[in-house]
Amino acid sequence: MPKNILMSREVLLTGAIALLLAIIASRFPAFIAPTNLANVFNDTAPLILLAIGQMIVILTRCIDLSVAANLALTGMVVAMINVAMPGLPVPVIIVISIGFGALLGVINGVLVWKLAIPPIVVTLGTMTIFRGTIFLLSDGKWVNSHEFSDSFKAFPRTEFLGLPLMSWIAIAAVLLFTLVMSRTTLGRAFYAAGGNPHAATYAGIDVGKTQFWAFTISGALAGLTGYLWVSRFAVAFVDLAGGFELNVVAACVIGGVAIMGGIGTVFGAMLGSLFLGIISNALPVVNISPFWQLAISGGAIIIAVILNAQANRDKGRIILKRAEQAT
Amino acid sequence: MSDTSRSIPDRLQSPLERRLKSWETLLLAVAVAIFIVNSFTSPYFLNAWNLSDMTFNFTEKAMIAFAMALLIIAGEIDLSVASIIALASTAMGAAVQLGVGTPGLVLIGLGVGLLCGAFNGFLVTRMGLPSIVVTIGTMSLFRGISYIVLGDQAYRGYPSDFAFFGQGYVFWVISFEFVLFACLALIYFVLLHKTNFGRAVYAIGNNAVGAEFSGIRVARVKFILFLLTGLMSGVAAICLTSRLASTRPSIAVGWELEIVTMVVLGGVNILGGSGSIPGVVIAAFVMGLVTFGLGLLNVPGIVMSIVIGALLIGVIALPRLWENWRMQAAKR
Repeated sequence: MPKNILMSREVLLTGAIALLLAIIASRFPAFIAPTNLANVFNDTAPLILLAIGQMIVILTRCIDLSVAANLALTGMVVAMINVAMPGLPVPVIIVISIGFGALLGVINGVLVWKLAIPPIVVTLGTMTIFRGTIFLLSDGKWVNSHEFSDSFKAFPRTEFLGLPLMSWIAIAAVLLFTLVMSRTTLGRAFYAAGGNPHAATYAGIDVGKTQFWAFTISGALAGLTGYLWVSRFAVAFVDLAGGFELNVVAACVIGGVAIMGGIGTVFGAMLGSLFLGIISNALPVVNISPFWQLAISGGAIIIAVILNAQANRDKGRIILKRAEQAT
Repeated sequence: MSDTSRSIPDRLQSPLERRLKSWETLLLAVAVAIFIVNSFTSPYFLNAWNLSDMTFNFTEKAMIAFAMALLIIAGEIDLSVASIIALASTAMGAAVQLGVGTPGLVLIGLGVGLLCGAFNGFLVTRMGLPSIVVTIGTMSLFRGISYIVLGDQAYRGYPSDFAFFGQGYVFWVISFEFVLFACLALIYFVLLHKTNFGRAVYAIGNNAVGAEFSGIRVARVKFILFLLTGLMSGVAAICLTSRLASTRPSIAVGWELEIVTMVVLGGVNILGGSGSIPGVVIAAFVMGLVTFGLGLLNVPGIVMSIVIGALLIGVIALPRLWENWRMQAAKR
C-alpha cells in the first residue's frame, strides 16, 4: 500500500514539473529545447547529488545542515591541493574529495552516534566550524580560475554521449543509490531506523550506527560535489555555496521525503531537485528578478510539507478503513 | 548507548533542579573567567563605555533567545527569527518612505513580528506540521519577500527620534537596549518560573500527550509561544534597525544559529522539557564577552564563529562524555 502512495506522489511531482515546463514553453518555446533541458539538468546535478545524501540522512530521522559547508571546505582543500601539485591526476583528486568529505561526515556521524547529540545541533555547529576552517586554510583568499590546472577544470565539462560528465555522475549516483536503498541490508536499515527506531532495535539494527553511515554517505557525496562545483565554476572561496543546505532540504521535502523519517525515495529527491532547478533556470528566461528565487523556494517548501502531511494522514485513514472492513 | 535511553531521557537519576543550578554556576564561572582573561589580554577591555558597547553584541539576540528558550523547552523550534527581523525591518523601511512617524514604525515592527509568528504557529499547531521544516520554509519565505521588495537596494532616512531605540542611553553608559533586555529577562523569568503558563510549557516539553490529557491546551500554548517568538523578533528588528539606521534584505543573516546556540549554551535541553531563563541570561553574557574579547584582539568574525560552533557542540558533548565515563567507572 505505501508503495502505491509513494508512486502517486512521484507521479504528482512529475506532473507538476511537466505543467511548469508547459507554462514556461507556452511563452518561451526555446526553454524546452533538448539542449537547454540538458543544460538545466547539468546545472541541477550538484543539487541532485546533495539531495540524495540528505534524503538518506532524513530517512534516519536526522538532518544534515553542514552539507554546503562540507562542499565548500572539501572544494577549497582539493583546490589548494591542485595549486600545490598541478600534476596530480583528476581521479586521485576525486578520490581525495570523496574521502575528505566522508571524513567530515564521520565527524557528524560520531557525534550523533556515540554522544547522542541531536543532529540539528551537531550539524549547525559543524556548519560554522567547517566555514571557519576554510577561512583559516585560505586566509580568506580566493583560489581563482588561472591557478587551477587545465585537467582539473576540464573534467566535469568533458562530454560523453552528448552529456557532460557532471550530468553522468548525477545519473550514476541516482542509479547506484536506487539499488543501494532497495537491494542492500544497509539501504533497508535506513528505512527501518527512521520508520520505527524501537522496532528496528528489536530487529537487530543498530540505529545509531545506521545514522552514522547516513552522515558518512551524505558527507562523501558533499565532498564529491565540492570538487565538481569548484572545478565547474573554477573558483573556491569561503562563502562558496552559502545557504545551499536549505535548497537541499527543500529539494528533499518537495521530493516527498518525510522529515519525521522513514519515507522517501532517491527518485523523489531527484524530482524535487529538478523542480527547484527548473524554477531557478526559468526565472531569468521569463524575466522575473532572481530576487524572487528565495521566496519561491520557501513557498515551495511550505506547500510540499503540507502535501506530505496530507498524504500521511490519508494513509492512516486507509489503514483504519481496512481494519474496519476486516472486523 | 541504546536507542531507548535516547528517546526517553532518564531524569529521575539526577534531580532536575540541582543539576540546573550546577549548570548555571558553571556557566557563571566561565563568564567570570572570560571576563578576567579579557581584562588581562586587552588594555581596552576595562572601560565603562567599551563594556557598554559590548552589550550591543548580545542584547537584541538575547531578547529573541528568551522567547526561543520557551519554545525549545516546549519541544518546538523557530529557525525563521532572523528572517522575521528582515521582513519587519523592510516593512518599517517601506513605511518610512510613506512618511510614517516613529510610533507608527514601532507598531508596524511589532505587528509584522506578530503576523509572522502567527503564520508559523498556524502551520505548526493547526496543520500539525513539524516546526523545523515549517520554519526552514518560512525562513526562506520571509527573507525572500524582503529581497523581492528591496532587491539590492536599501531603505534609509529613518526619523531622528527613531534612533533612540538602538542608540539611546537611559542613564550614563546604560543603554536603552540594555534596560529593555533586563526588563524582558525579568518578564520571561516570571512567565516561565512563576506562572501556570510556564509550568504548562515544561509539561508539554516533557510529554505533550500527557499534558493534553492533564487538561493543558497544548496547541494553544504552542501557538502563543510562536506568537511571542515573532513578537520578540519584531522588538529586536526595531532595536537593530534603529541602531543601523538602514535596512538591507541581508540584515541579521545567520542570527538564528547564534540565538539557538545561546539558548542551548544556557542549559536548555534541545529536545525540550528543561532549561531556565537565568541560564540563558548568563549564556548571553558569555557569548557577548567571548566575541567582544576576541574582537579586541583583532580576531576576524568568521574565526569567532568557529569558537561559537565549538561552544555549541562542546557544551552538550562534555557533560555526556563525563556521564559516559562515570557510568563506565561505576560498572567497574
